[in-house]
Amino acid sequence: MALLEVENLQTHFRTPDGINRAVDGVNFHVNAGETVAIVGESGCGKSVTAMSILRLIPEPPGKIAGAIRFNGKNLLDASDKEMRAIRGNEISMIFQEPMTSLNPVLTVGRQIGETLRLHQGLSAQAAEDRAVEMLKLVGIPEPQRRVKEYPHQLSGGMRQRVMIAIALACNPKLLIADEPTTALDVTIQAQILELMRDLKHRVGAAIVLITHDLGVVAEVAERVIVMYAGRKVEEAAVGPLFRNPRHPYTQGLLGSMPKLGSSLTGEETRLAEIPGLVPSLKKKIPGCVFASRCPKVTDLCTQYAPALEEKAPGHVAACHYALREEVVAA
Amino acid sequence: MSQPLLQVNDLKKHFPIKAGFLGGTTGYVYAVDGVSFDIAKGETLSLVGESGCGKSTVGKALLRLFPLTAGQVVLGGDRIDDMPNGTLRPLRRKMQVVFQDPFSSLNPRMRVRDILAEPIRNFGLAKDAADLEKRLEGLMDKVRLPRDAINRWPHEFSGGQRQRIGIARALAGEPDLIICDEAVSALDVSVKAQIVNLLQDLQTELGLAMLFISHDLAIVEHMTHRVAVMYLGKIVEVAPKRSLFGAPKHPYTEALLSAVPVPMPGAARERIILKGDVPSPINPPKGCRFHTRCPYAFDRCRTEEPQLRPVADALEGGHIAACHLHDRPAGENPLSGAKGAQLLAVGSA
Ligand SMILES: Nc1ncnc2c1ncn2[C@@H]1O[C@H](COP(=O)(O)OP(=O)(O)OP(=O)(O)O)[C@@H](O)[C@H]1O
Ligand SMILES: Nc1ncnc2c1ncn2[C@@H]1O[C@H](COP(=O)(O)OP(=O)(O)OP(=O)(O)O)[C@@H](O)[C@H]1O
Ligand code: SF4
Ligand code: SF4
Ligand SMILES: [Mg+2]
Ligand SMILES: [Mg+2]
Repeated sequence: MALLEVENLQTHFRTPDGINRAVDGVNFHVNAGETVAIVGESGCGKSVTAMSILRLIPEPPGKIAGAIRFNGKNLLDASDKEMRAIRGNEISMIFQEPMTSLNPVLTVGRQIGETLRLHQGLSAQAAEDRAVEMLKLVGIPEPQRRVKEYPHQLSGGMRQRVMIAIALACNPKLLIADEPTTALDVTIQAQILELMRDLKHRVGAAIVLITHDLGVVAEVAERVIVMYAGRKVEEAAVGPLFRNPRHPYTQGLLGSMPKLGSSLTGEETRLAEIPGLVPSLKKKIPGCVFASRCPKVTDLCTQYAPALEEKAPGHVAACHYALREEVVAA
Repeated sequence: MSQPLLQVNDLKKHFPIKAGFLGGTTGYVYAVDGVSFDIAKGETLSLVGESGCGKSTVGKALLRLFPLTAGQVVLGGDRIDDMPNGTLRPLRRKMQVVFQDPFSSLNPRMRVRDILAEPIRNFGLAKDAADLEKRLEGLMDKVRLPRDAINRWPHEFSGGQRQRIGIARALAGEPDLIICDEAVSALDVSVKAQIVNLLQDLQTELGLAMLFISHDLAIVEHMTHRVAVMYLGKIVEVAPKRSLFGAPKHPYTEALLSAVPVPMPGAARERIILKGDVPSPINPPKGCRFHTRCPYAFDRCRTEEPQLRPVADALEGGHIAACHLHDRPAGENPLSGAKGAQLLAVGSA
């Protein structure tokens, strides 16, 4: 049994001008000790998927349907009290926007300590000591001084690391990291990725990593889920996904990646974009969700939605024209 | 050359450290400790460096979000560092900012429409209601947000969408200079490409100047003209981009370039791992501030602070660095020659 199983997840928001189908029938699983990355265009539903797992979606206007099984238990049936005991303890999350998720009037020591006192019953002193230790682990210099500071006194990258410290404090079984390293320089980033690996080895934790940084994905993920407009459009082990992306969206995504060293090789062209806009999630899309922007679109695509099917062992994609292994091999 | 749009001279920002709530000042965080640079009309200067080295503080100081400790700032010929707060209004239009954390800078009780209309109204840019409407639509188009999203609230957007609202707001005031503090970091590569291309177009169209603060070196390389590298409150190297990426002349820059992750599974660069803790900005190391972690440090580095000076064997002119190694003969200088390509080379992990 997988540690986390997400089954036909549908998270919809009621808005004045219609239902926003932010996540629309997503299935995936994460095994213990595994790192799964979720990538996809801004607004495609990555954070909403993550927040749904922790039941942090405001209901209403949100509504979650489907099943989210953690250790076999459907979290959608859990009581609020049960969820509070799970959050920050067995499952923890690093939020995308650190400044809004930290409390501006509490010192960072208090905020890290709070989690430990709540879930592990540590005394005030023990919690503070552990907070200092955690700040050190995430590479914040002078942790003794920093632990007494307020969020506004820290740099952006330090705030992000405080969030990471809070998330790691209780050795969670499942860590959901939403853009955990965007505000970090590459050296600190390497250190944080190392910490996440360490959590995996020490407690066999699973990690769901949401990021736009494909360099980070290549480095730490074992499996990758590509989302587009609230759906999963491709999934594969990290190697095949980068080397042989099957879905035109994934191909476009990998193609718009800027490469370091471009000024030296003279391949300084304009960055490739995927032209067009993500379709509105408020209207039912009859055919393929990517049709409005796909360079390979045909009539078939706009009429019939492609099924998510296995194109090679462990490699699924939702595209009528994505080649299957036999065809590729021939 | 004509006068630069922005000139910054020996800028300092020291934050006092208080003992307890009412206590006296017990010391200072030397967040920015004497930085100088300039930006020409239509130019992009990128500011890169370790987390906490003072990049955002430079940006906030230019915007006068807090009083400066020392230094001069000249924008379009006017000294702005000593302008009284009451007279800052025209400055606020000329210089706009996009912050790292978009949500905290968008008023949650304002619809996108009002967020974007505010600067247009404040600076009296719209001729009439129809013009305002046209401008609003234009802004939404520019940042690739659907026009009908304009009546929604900030919390209804994803992180990257909010970032684009922040960018649209910065563009609304038709500034001369935009400070982008990690403005595109939270965007996916294709939207990032759209925004970067947009910013570059605006630059050619309107002569927009940019101070681009970012950890994403691939994007920096792509869109900047020059790069300034900061370490612990000081600038340690400034160069045109090809010169910086092709022939870095400061050991910290070298380490930084070598650590960028490679977007291909199983591939990696030979990383230069910096040893030692990041030193405290309250009590920065004597001599060269980088000596506690520099792989090439020698005796002189521990006592004498190196000054920013032109380097002899740079790829392009205007390349300055602060490192004693450049006083040595080329044969004894590990930074001589153009090592960039070798540093950025990708091998298998
Ligand atoms: N509270 C809400 N009310 C209405 N719509 C919402 C709400 N929260 C999110 N949405 C919508 O859900 C969609 C998915 O948002 P989500 O935050 O999951 O995107 P994302 O993939 O995380 O994007 P990003 O990479 O920009 O962070 C977006 O269209 C967003 O506008
Ligand atoms: N309001 C403040 N009060 C006290 N110290 C501050 C304040 N703002 C910033 N600092 C300190 O100044 C130093 C520089 O911070 P700054 O935010 O400029 O870093 P940065 O280079 O932008 O880092 P990052 O890449 O993490 O965003 C840090 O040590 C920070 O803690
Ligand atoms: S099904 Fe058609 S429109 Fe959709 S991704 Fe494949 S080729 Fe493109
Ligand atoms: S001056 Fe010395 S310590 Fe500083 S960067 Fe150069 S070699 Fe390293
Ligand atoms: Mg998100
Ligand atoms: Mg910053």
